[in-house]
Amino acid sequence: MSSIIKKKVIIKNRLGLHARPAALFVQLANKFESDISIRKEEQGVNGKSIMGVMMLAAGKGDEVEIEANGKDARKAVEELEKLLMSNLEG
Amino acid sequence: MTLKGIAVSPGIVIGKVFLLNIESFIIPKIAIKEEEVANEIERFKQVLKQTNEEIISIQKKLNRELGSKHSDIFNAHLLILDDPVLTEQMTDKIKKRKLTAEYLFQQVMRNYEKAFSEIDDAYFKERISDIQDVGKRIIRNLLGRKKANLANLKEEVIVVSYDLSPSDTALMGKEKVIGFATDIGGKTSHTAIMARALEIPAVVGLEKITVKAKNDDLLIIDGDKGIVIINPRRQVIEKYYKKREEDLKFNRELKKLRTLPAQTKDGYPIEITANIELPEEIDSALKEGAEGIGLYRTEYFFLNRSVLPTEEEQYQAYKFVAQKMNPHPVVIRTVDLGGDKFLSHLNIPSEMNPFMGWRAIRFCLARPDIFKIQLKAILRASRYGKLKIMYPMISSAEEFKQANRVLAEVKKELKEQNIPFDKEVEIGAMIEIPSAALTADILAKEADFFSIGTNDLIQYSLAVDRVNEKIAYLYEPNHPAILRLIKIIIEAAHKEEIWVGMCGEMCSEPVFIPLLLGLGLTKFSVSPLMLSRVKKVIRSLSLKEAKVAAKEILNLETIKEIKHFSRIRFKEAMLNFC
Repeated sequence: MSSIIKKKVIIKNRLGLHARPAALFVQLANKFESDISIRKEEQGVNGKSIMGVMMLAAGKGDEVEIEANGKDARKAVEELEKLLMSNLEG
Repeated sequence: MTLKGIAVSPGIVIGKVFLLNIESFIIPKIAIKEEEVANEIERFKQVLKQTNEEIISIQKKLNRELGSKHSDIFNAHLLILDDPVLTEQMTDKIKKRKLTAEYLFQQVMRNYEKAFSEIDDAYFKERISDIQDVGKRIIRNLLGRKKANLANLKEEVIVVSYDLSPSDTALMGKEKVIGFATDIGGKTSHTAIMARALEIPAVVGLEKITVKAKNDDLLIIDGDKGIVIINPRRQVIEKYYKKREEDLKFNRELKKLRTLPAQTKDGYPIEITANIELPEEIDSALKEGAEGIGLYRTEYFFLNRSVLPTEEEQYQAYKFVAQKMNPHPVVIRTVDLGGDKFLSHLNIPSEMNPFMGWRAIRFCLARPDIFKIQLKAILRASRYGKLKIMYPMISSAEEFKQANRVLAEVKKELKEQNIPFDKEVEIGAMIEIPSAALTADILAKEADFFSIGTNDLIQYSLAVDRVNEKIAYLYEPNHPAILRLIKIIIEAAHKEEIWVGMCGEMCSEPVFIPLLLGLGLTKFSVSPLMLSRVKKVIRSLSLKEAKVAAKEILNLETIKEIKHFSRIRFKEAMLNFC
């Protein structure tokens, strides 16, 4: 069953969504079938696009909204949220 | 026109400019027909695939030659190629605008570059270079053009570039490249290390060389002074040709020494090893005839990056070094963070007095999580060669024992997991704090070896901040206190029959070599570039005479007297140096 799930997350990691954290985010996003987007203020980008996510330039303390649309939307948002809440330094 | 930069590889070279990666592709706007659209999209996708394969093959080549640290850079490139938005945008544009893929792709790239350059964050801005690197590769492939080919150069050239990436140097026809000059970089940048490994002069950090120099301009690189001269006058050229001749002659003399032993005139063997910072420097060290690595600094794993290095990453590097140097020994210094170098990603407050602060072994003992990973990586690699472990900034025997307890825990864990390692790995202390020097007799009972780090020893003993220009004149290896401390350390080591070496800058200065020999030092560890020069001095000296001289020097009371004495007595040693 297809669904749209949204979730707001405040970035905890000191480096924000810098190159490597952005890469981790994109790699994880690409594991899901759902369409995934990530939004900061009025700017929204495809969560599966490395250049898009890097261009968000989301830093520590920024609020971003993850949105997934598809069969595995719930799981996708859950895992991506977990990644953003971790220190992303795995 | 003269430009000043950072001298990273010595020597003088005069040659023609070859601008690398400054190629501007002029891509004409060419329309395609409706029925060609599908083909054009397919062609673009094929090129992405081809580029992907290219990068993977460069990555593999680098992995073999230099280890994974350098090939990791390309992971970002691969992700960019995989970017679904990029493919989507291109597909859309080709369908709507009906122009060639290369033309449209260039526009897309420009938009990305513009967007990134507007980000108000230096770190993100730097990503532009990754995007440009991949972008150029894709455009080249779309045009069916090979990269400005450094592999088939017809004549000798000086490569002038913004920076040199591992992919540039990996594919370079090395026999035709006689020098490097780049806009950015420092002493440990890839360009600098490659230049030293290839033994060609290089100056980096010239800021605008790629703008000022044109293809086929005549260029002089003075890799000793860090100067580059574009289209010099005839007199200047003649002067440099002469200097180059002298240099080459001197270097030929030095090269002859590479295979000769470092032995004093009266037949005593001395060991000269190399100090390195990166695994790639091993080649230079071996070529220069190093009998081992006396100091392998490991800070580079931790600096300028956003994540801590993994055990595997460190293990691969240590294994590489151990194997390449085998059967020669390699002393790995555990990480010396703090002071002037700190991890950008750990939230560590800045200190009022960082050189006396939370750093080196103090930091490692407080963060056993980080310390243990490094020790584990070293131990795992130890069975591939002759590795030794050295703790930096040891101030007392207790501290040394405490570090050893952490090491014992790591060994125990390895044993439990049945992971093999060399159980005889020697553990030593870097002696660079006066309290350690003065209690060297106690420490010598615990340690398997000592290595004297003179830079910090002088700074701490004389209470002189090395980087404070106002008091720099007080930083003086000739101070009687320093000479006495060195004597104490060497004698304590000899008494307990452990080996002692020196890895500070002092032991590569010609005027100190006879003095140190006379004080009983038999192991010198110096930068690969200094190796032959130090050897030349040692081979010109008699140990017996050096001992007599050292004894006399220890009786002198002032720096002035010591300098005066050395200048006269060691004149020959200094003449042998250059």
